[in-house]
Amino acid sequence: MDRIFAYIAHRAGVVDDSAMELLAAARKIDANAFPTAIVTGCGADLDTACNSLTPSFSEIWKIANDALAYPNAELVRQGLLSVLPRNCIVLLPHDHFSIDLAPGLSIKLDAAFVPDAVGIDGVEAGSLKLVRQEFGGQVSTHVRCDMSSGAVISVRPGAFKPEGKTAAAGTVIDKSSAVGALTARRRYIETIVAEAGDVDITRHNVLVSIGRGIQEKDNVSLAEELAEALGAAVSCSRPVVDAKWMEKSRQVGSSGKTVKPKVYLACGISGASQHLAGIKGNPFLIAINKNPKAPIFQVADVGIVDDVLEFLPELTNKAREMRGVAAK
Amino acid sequence: MEILVCERRVPDTSENEIELNAAGNDIERDELVYSVNEPDNYAVEEALQIRDRVGGNVTVVTVGGEDDEEILRRELAMGANQAVLISDESFFDSDGRGIATILKDFVRKGHYDLILTGVQADDGAAQVGGMLAAMLDYPFASLVNSIEVEDGKLKVSREIEGGNRELNEIDLPCVLSIQTGINEPRYVGMRGIRQVASVPIPILGASELSTDHVMVGVAAARVKRIDYFIPASGKGAEILHGSREENADKVLELMAAKGGLK
Repeated sequence: MDRIFAYIAHRAGVVDDSAMELLAAARKIDANAFPTAIVTGCGADLDTACNSLTPSFSEIWKIANDALAYPNAELVRQGLLSVLPRNCIVLLPHDHFSIDLAPGLSIKLDAAFVPDAVGIDGVEAGSLKLVRQEFGGQVSTHVRCDMSSGAVISVRPGAFKPEGKTAAAGTVIDKSSAVGALTARRRYIETIVAEAGDVDITRHNVLVSIGRGIQEKDNVSLAEELAEALGAAVSCSRPVVDAKWMEKSRQVGSSGKTVKPKVYLACGISGASQHLAGIKGNPFLIAINKNPKAPIFQVADVGIVDDVLEFLPELTNKAREMRGVAAK
Repeated sequence: MEILVCERRVPDTSENEIELNAAGNDIERDELVYSVNEPDNYAVEEALQIRDRVGGNVTVVTVGGEDDEEILRRELAMGANQAVLISDESFFDSDGRGIATILKDFVRKGHYDLILTGVQADDGAAQVGGMLAAMLDYPFASLVNSIEVEDGKLKVSREIEGGNRELNEIDLPCVLSIQTGINEPRYVGMRGIRQVASVPIPILGASELSTDHVMVGVAAARVKRIDYFIPASGKGAEILHGSREENADKVLELMAAKGGLK
């Protein structure tokens, strides 16, 4: 088995949860694997991050360079290419950074590329069998990856459960001197923090969350009326924001807000993984969707196969009756 | 500015329920409604807006078969200056790397300052743009949700976690993958499509592009889809089978029990 590397994301010295998930994924490729952690950055934060990995990884390769203070994919790629051996396997978490880095890295390494893997079924005759999803999670596929010249594999966050105990007693190896001057034709300027918006959906116990099934802007009021009757807030999935029916600050998901309500009412939401990634704290999830095969029904506690445009007004009336709130 | 937009025709998930076929080796493609991949449509709109601000031309291209011409004609109706269909039997069943190789050969036959793709298509791979950039040795940015044109470079923002945006400066020529929501794509009606019905769409194959057949097609694919399946779900939702009124009562009862009602 060729050497497996895990690209470790970290911020302010704290290693991302994905590090242990990559370790678990590596063990699905080879049960005896001791993947090498590879960490880029600079300064004391980088050292703190590297040192925190020694209980889990036997080797931690550190690439320190002032140019890597912010993870600019173009610069990180140059750093990785300076140290990675031919035919290696590189694992990294599938997120906005890997979407920037991984496809181009695979080309420069002349390695196969499998994005957003949700499962690894093992190696058969030199090729790796993995599980992916297509059509927003509506169907899954098995793919076979020829690893003869290496592979870059991005792994969906949360898909691989970290193993319990590890006792690697690893060492940090400084690879910084292998990296020459780094220059980028794409330069990071700044991070623009999202506007707060009028309602903070992260602070509500009940969310009435709407998706594409709401169909048009005028129907958003159906959710607003229900939310008012329930004392809840209205949130939404990405297509509703793309269509400009609601503000970005109302979006739940990996590119929106992370919410932790007690009850989440998913109305006309199909249940793509990017949306589900924003729902934490294991709320009671009620899904209403007219498509009985919508992926949301696989993760919901209770499902109702119905058109939200018909069901929401009914629920609003009942809620008003129950709570003694008069219709406006 | 000479802008190329690479796009793809995919089953429209807002119009279709995706199901497996009887053999279980593909999705059921009979009676599927196809349309242009949604992020690609935003990419075309963004290209047209940039052209209208700074001048130049927008070319749209897809790798596929004759059925795929319909999306090219749609984008001509939106306002693209020209469209090219890349089609060759030897290209069938290429993986992402193969598609990027074909597009790289096409790009090298022309001159483009800016190349746009949608961030991802129906397979959710988000790979072709980044691969194409690496093959051309152009800078790349993914998940782009705003573009400002400056002298010899662009200022682009990328969508990162939590609704935040990462602002970058990127030199031209470059490749960008466009995220949905960057703009409001203009409407195209049947009348607009009829008006461009006679615009010729050249078809280019491996010989016109000087594509090395060893690099493309099913034989070159290092990543191959074996099958489609519906995963065995966990316990799944308890589906309520009552009348609409009964279901609404039940939902309120459950919400109260779960601490959701004050």
